[in-house]
Amino acid sequence: MAHAVSSCMSGIRTAGDLVLRMQLAKSMKIDAAKQYVADKLGVKPIDLSDSDLMAEIRAKHGFGRSFDLNKSPKGIEAKFNIARKLGIKINSVELFMARAGLNKGGA
Amino acid sequence: MSEFFTRMGDGAGVYMTAEEIREDILKGVKDAADRGKVPELTQEEMDYLYQIITMPGNIVGVERGREVVSTSDSGSCKITYHANIAMERSMAVLVSEKVLGADSVDIGNMDYSYKAVKQIVHNETPVMELAQLNAVMPVLYGSMPNLGLYTKPDGPVENWSELLPLAKISEARAAQEEAVEHAVRDIVFVAGEMYEAGADGINLDTCGASGDADFLAGLLATEKIKEKYPDLGVEFGAAGEFVLGMHGKLEYDGTKIAGLYPHKQVKLAEKAGANIFGAVVNTNTNMSFPWNIARTVTFLKACTAVATIPVHVNVGMGVGGIPMSEIPPIDVVTRADKALIEIGKADGL
Repeated sequence: MAHAVSSCMSGIRTAGDLVLRMQLAKSMKIDAAKQYVADKLGVKPIDLSDSDLMAEIRAKHGFGRSFDLNKSPKGIEAKFNIARKLGIKINSVELFMARAGLNKGGA
Repeated sequence: MSEFFTRMGDGAGVYMTAEEIREDILKGVKDAADRGKVPELTQEEMDYLYQIITMPGNIVGVERGREVVSTSDSGSCKITYHANIAMERSMAVLVSEKVLGADSVDIGNMDYSYKAVKQIVHNETPVMELAQLNAVMPVLYGSMPNLGLYTKPDGPVENWSELLPLAKISEARAAQEEAVEHAVRDIVFVAGEMYEAGADGINLDTCGASGDADFLAGLLATEKIKEKYPDLGVEFGAAGEFVLGMHGKLEYDGTKIAGLYPHKQVKLAEKAGANIFGAVVNTNTNMSFPWNIARTVTFLKACTAVATIPVHVNVGMGVGGIPMSEIPPIDVVTRADKALIEIGKADGL
């Protein structure tokens, strides 16, 4: 908790999960990962740590939030939207599509 | 003469004068530079580190916009096994995500070793599958290569810690080489199962805990994982600032592994295909926080300077300038974070 409050992006409260995804998927260092995500969202890198602004952006794109809104994407649903917006493959999304038969016949 | 409250490496509070703090900073920097053959911090950086250590306020934070991201080792176990809160691990993932503000978390087994996990992986994968359905943030699976578990009587190979005192050097080396093969096979097997369960990544935690052969097992496993599952992220976490030469002759891609410090460890992790490197610098409990954090930042700055992959510095108890204390005090934890990020250029914690 001390690390999260003092020095980290705080995950889905802001865009921390999105930046971490770029590090894990593309080995991007912190500044490059922030720039990539910021460009995709149309904001500045410094905005990615603004929980107030990011709450709006996450709601707009259906990225999931700490306190989910009713009828809004959650869990794997939100990750479909994240994968599409960031232009990356998310393993669990790919598996979900395969197991639900969603990638057969162009569905 | 005014004094500042800080701590020793075991967490005990201590008051130090400005001169004592500056002296310990310089000594810590020089110790790291001497051991690692890396550049010392500049005077400007040491002055800023002094400011961080002596800043008023119980906790401090990084400058706005300098926030980094976090990964974990045995992250979801902190709530379940460690704090003993009766909670299923995929629920602990959601608590980490929605309540604690984690950027990612790893699921691990109580034993936290790939050898132990291999036999129960069929009960581990459903936890990952449930977590992946409900979580938004990246969820990794983590464990240690833990080469020592492969020795007799629990494992199949001779115990090199027993052979070495008997001067059976070649036998000890052969046992370690055999253990590497077993460990790599187990790690890659578990990684494959977790990939099929939707994991975003595999955390090879504490590589090198049993020495250079342990470190080699992590590197070879990383190589094979990336060959078989290119989309699966790999975080390669070190066990210490210096790879112990329990074998002494092992090499990876022409580089002798024993004796490597973080700035050289990271280059091998890169070659193996790791996506994130977890750097470790050990805390000396007999020395002050200023000495420990100065030393840590010096090692880390050299590491991030040469790394082409993100470096997440380990900041658990007893590493990364954090005191060796069961409940690390937040005053020095937050000061360590700020120094590691703003001076050491850490990409994550």
